Amino acid sequence: MPVYNEKVMEHFMNPRNVGEIENPDGIGEVGNPVCGDMMTFYIKVDDNRLSDVKFKTFGCGAAIAVSSIVSEMAMGKTLEEVRKITPALVAQELEGLPKNKYHCSNLGAQALNKAINNYLKKQGKAGESKRRRKDEKE
Amino acid sequence: MRKVYLDHVATTPVSHEVLEAMLPYLKDAYGNPQSLHDWGDEAREAIEDARGRVASLIGAQPGEIIFTSSGTEANNFAIKGLALAQQSKGKHIVVSAIEHFSLLHSARTLEKWGFELTLVPVDRYGVVDPEGVAKSIREDTILVSVMHASSEVGTIQPIREIARLAKEAGAIFHTDAVATTGTIPVDVKELAVDALSLAGNQFYGPKGAGALWVKKGARIIPFLDGGVQEGGRRAGTENVPAIVGLGKAAELAKAEMESRTDRLLALRNRLIEGLPSRIEHVRLTGHPTQRLPGNSSFCIEFIEGEAMLMLLSSKGVAASSGSACTSKVLKASHVLTAMGIPPAIAQGSLLFSFGLDNTEEDVDYVLEVLPPIVDKLRQMSPLYSKFLKEERGGK
Ligand code: FES
Repeated sequence: MPVYNEKVMEHFMNPRNVGEIENPDGIGEVGNPVCGDMMTFYIKVDDNRLSDVKFKTFGCGAAIAVSSIVSEMAMGKTLEEVRKITPALVAQELEGLPKNKYHCSNLGAQALNKAINNYLKKQGKAGESKRRRKDEKE
Repeated sequence: MRKVYLDHVATTPVSHEVLEAMLPYLKDAYGNPQSLHDWGDEAREAIEDARGRVASLIGAQPGEIIFTSSGTEANNFAIKGLALAQQSKGKHIVVSAIEHFSLLHSARTLEKWGFELTLVPVDRYGVVDPEGVAKSIREDTILVSVMHASSEVGTIQPIREIARLAKEAGAIFHTDAVATTGTIPVDVKELAVDALSLAGNQFYGPKGAGALWVKKGARIIPFLDGGVQEGGRRAGTENVPAIVGLGKAAELAKAEMESRTDRLLALRNRLIEGLPSRIEHVRLTGHPTQRLPGNSSFCIEFIEGEAMLMLLSSKGVAASSGSACTSKVLKASHVLTAMGIPPAIAQGSLLFSFGLDNTEEDVDYVLEVLPPIVDKLRQMSPLYSKFLKEERGGK
């Protein structure tokens, strides 16, 4: 058994936000190129914030814990905030992952990002959002 | 919590009698078998006694047994040592695609040393086709090695037939019998092989003791150079307690073989028959009948092995898996892959291997705790929801 810390084990044993959202605003699905696993995120967006996040994961213990914590990290956040969730942050939030399981933490952030892209595309807003972010910076 | 150990392929426990036999050699009988005094004599007699017992278990001559530190060492020694001894005759070796890594990687090393290697495929049950072996043998083939049985999927190979074809073609034939020796009848004359590897921790002996049997007259280049131990073929001070333990384990295995097989078969069949009625989309891997008595290996669809092992472990059950995620290198088991099992299915690999310490209640416990685990993970699995949608759409 890989040596997972307590936090990873806790999320693995009791994963939050498992499931699908009916009529989601965005779906993001990624496959793990390393071991062939799969993660799907569903999001609901209200007023530029994720009002609901759910996931389904086919993968190892780490992949399941990662999905769970990512869903928690993203819940209620603005799209811009969610964009800032990186694999490193996910691993940090889980208080560390075994080295050979780092790649599983990429999946969570990727799937979530894809779900947002999917939402923006549906809205036809991909360009607009970029513009807005640029405006904010200026 | 109930604790159920179903990972006997990893190692069996050391039986009580074996431990008792070993203890004196961890205490007062600490001599070095090479020493010329009473202490040495005592230790030497003990390992010669063990040699006799191991030889008797496999129908060999005591002088043909070379003790090693493990099955892995025996396989390394066999493949490299036999090939190097024959290299003036040719440089081609043939091994099956499902060999243990200690054998497969030894063969790969030989490749780096200038030998040529042919891997023989298996069918979907993991059976090596003797004709396939015969076809891959060439003029310059010096060595063929096919395992007696795969501990991972349980399939027992038609070794006698393969050995005959290999030897007719002029090659030396070795079999890795680590999974079978001490578990099912293994007789080197009946199998008609030239060399055979075995390991004590697969049949209630200690870790740290294995053996390579090499037929009298067959040449092998020593793997460890040094002193004259093991007839000059394996240097290093003998691991006396472990060798004594291996000897005792061999004696017990020979005496109890039939009753052990019956017990393991009953447990294995109870699980193999019980599981599909409680869990849908389960496949047995390996051969349905030509399989090791204690082996029940499955692929449980739509979910992944490591996650199953972790949840099983939380219920006190120890098992193993050949999924990519459970392996350090993140590759699905080469055995399952060679059998043509698609990667997504191989991810659901789950192996329960029984031993003499198990009971029917253990099987029933697994039958009770596994279905909710599978259910929980399937509820989480995008593959499963896809499958359900397609199934519904199809109707
Ligand atoms: S999903 Fe395969 S190792 Fe984590």
